[in-house]
Amino acid sequence: MNKTVNQKAWFFVLPVLVLVAFNAIIPLMTVVNYSVQETFGDNVFFWAGLRWFEEILRSPRFHDALGRQLFFTGTILAIEIPLGVIIALAMPRKGPWVSVCLVLMAMPLLIPWNVVGAMWNIFGLPELGLLGKTLNTIGFDYNYTRHPGDAWFTLILMDVWHWTSLVVLLAYAGLVSIPDAYYQAARIDGASSWAIFRYIQLPKMKRVLTIAVLLRFMDSFNIYTEPSVLTGGGPGNSTTLLSLDLVKIALGQFDLGPAAAMSLIYFLVILLFSWIFYTVMTRGDEQ
Amino acid sequence: MLTAGWSNRHLLARLRDMARITLKNLKHAYMENPASDADWALKELNLDWDDGGAYALLGPSGCGKTTLLNLISGLLTPSHGSILFDGEDVTGLPPEQRKIAQVFQFPVVYDTMTVYDNLAFPLRNRGVDETTVDKRVREVAEMNDLTATLDNRASGLTADGKQKISLGRGLVRTDVNAILFDEPLTVIDPHLKFQLRSKLKELHTRVPNTMIYVTHDQTEAITFADKVVVMNVGEVVQVGTPKELFEEPHHTFVGHFIGSPGMNVLACEVNNGHAYIAGKQIATTNRADARPGKSEIGVRPEFVTFSSEGLAARVVKVSDAGRFSIVEADCVAGRVRLLVEEGGAIPPDSTHLAFDPEATRIYTDGWLAGRAVRS
Repeated sequence: MNKTVNQKAWFFVLPVLVLVAFNAIIPLMTVVNYSVQETFGDNVFFWAGLRWFEEILRSPRFHDALGRQLFFTGTILAIEIPLGVIIALAMPRKGPWVSVCLVLMAMPLLIPWNVVGAMWNIFGLPELGLLGKTLNTIGFDYNYTRHPGDAWFTLILMDVWHWTSLVVLLAYAGLVSIPDAYYQAARIDGASSWAIFRYIQLPKMKRVLTIAVLLRFMDSFNIYTEPSVLTGGGPGNSTTLLSLDLVKIALGQFDLGPAAAMSLIYFLVILLFSWIFYTVMTRGDEQ
Repeated sequence: MLTAGWSNRHLLARLRDMARITLKNLKHAYMENPASDADWALKELNLDWDDGGAYALLGPSGCGKTTLLNLISGLLTPSHGSILFDGEDVTGLPPEQRKIAQVFQFPVVYDTMTVYDNLAFPLRNRGVDETTVDKRVREVAEMNDLTATLDNRASGLTADGKQKISLGRGLVRTDVNAILFDEPLTVIDPHLKFQLRSKLKELHTRVPNTMIYVTHDQTEAITFADKVVVMNVGEVVQVGTPKELFEEPHHTFVGHFIGSPGMNVLACEVNNGHAYIAGKQIATTNRADARPGKSEIGVRPEFVTFSSEGLAARVVKVSDAGRFSIVEADCVAGRVRLLVEEGGAIPPDSTHLAFDPEATRIYTDGWLAGRAVRS
């Protein structure tokens, strides 16, 4: 067989290369560039080597922010994934209510993120917010701007409200793709509802749930807008997640070098966790 | 071997309940208030299935075969009528309480389980003790050639392997009265179809269960079943052995659907009980009914011959089908197919056709004339 050498092919790849270069490679390399240099403004740079990386990795401030971030992500995953699956299982499979449920589920996903933050900010206000006022009226001393515990509670509740729908929609898509014959066979085999869930629904949802876990992990690890509008990282630093801290360093203090180093570490942490999740969840698929 | 097989069969027969399945005035519609005849997916049906028989439900897609099967297994509840197992009404019982196994068109396996656990699943769900489970699973695996793969994950198997598991899950239970198959060979490769079909046939000689096999393929139906139930647009048109269906179709549909090529159906006039085509009397085995309706003559291609006199016809097409040729000839009443043995003479264009009177019948509105015809 003769292979045709056709250099014209490069022209077809070119648009993609340009696009990827401008939206990924060039910005990333700029950050890499900042992370190994020191600047005092006026575009004057000094070589700093790996100093910023060492500084960030040793700083208690970074450790605390990372700890808060892991706690936040771990908590919302532990709530949203099971809750999403339960809601998806409870949703109707056919009939007019399907569309109603789907629209209701999609609603929180359609609201702009800063609006979600602002909504919950007002919703939780102790003096006039529905949630805050109600909690205080029935006897709780709820004030998310003063008590770190209340701030966390509101933050997690907001994220669960905002994003559980995504898990529901993915899990529901997985559920409705299961052919009727599986349920029929299970009925004839005398399977209990738990057995149907454990041996049919869960295995068939595994792929979409892997996607749901990965998406929720990455999005929640990157979360900035909603907590920034809701608590701004406070009270104190109690809800300062990694992204909030990063913005403070980069734009508040204008420490471009450490901020760049932190960005790269942040990025690698997300990559590492995503890889672990993916490997664990798809393990055994190839058998 | 034969005696061993028989004693085994009888032993098993004694271990379980015998069941004769009776369908009484059974009707089903998928809509709430069926108004016209066409709204019924299954029109009124009375039928008895003998215990231990091998039945095929044969008919084109959408004729109600699967509906009937799902009614028997309990996946559907009939809109009207009742289903009896050995005289006992089971119409309201859910499938898990009906002692019925069903194998579906697409193989259903529990992906995360091993082949062993798949086979054990129906028993474990019913609380059978592990020693019995192990014994039954190994027996059934042996019957289905699954012994070598017992410890493998079921998801890794080929379509026919998976279908054997589905089948095995039906056979593994000792409380099963009947096994229902819903076009189980649809997704199986052609060369394996034959193998699996022989397997089913062989299994039926070893286990005494009633088997009901739904298919739209006449070869599958005829090779599998002792008795074939032919269905068309929601009703049963004939129940009979393959031989009966071939030799005496009760409906022109049966004549068309069974046999390759199907029966010739020609419009005719009726006078005084006799059939005439273009004024020429055609000798038939039956007499036409007095009731009005569209009259037709049915004769299978096997019983049409060329002759020097008879119905004038013109040969239009000859196709070679191996041992014989299928000849198509046009006469006044339409096109007639007939079979000519390999090497047999095919006359020049214009000729005459003769029908064997023993195999030529008059049909009124599709139904064999002279039979008690349902309204």
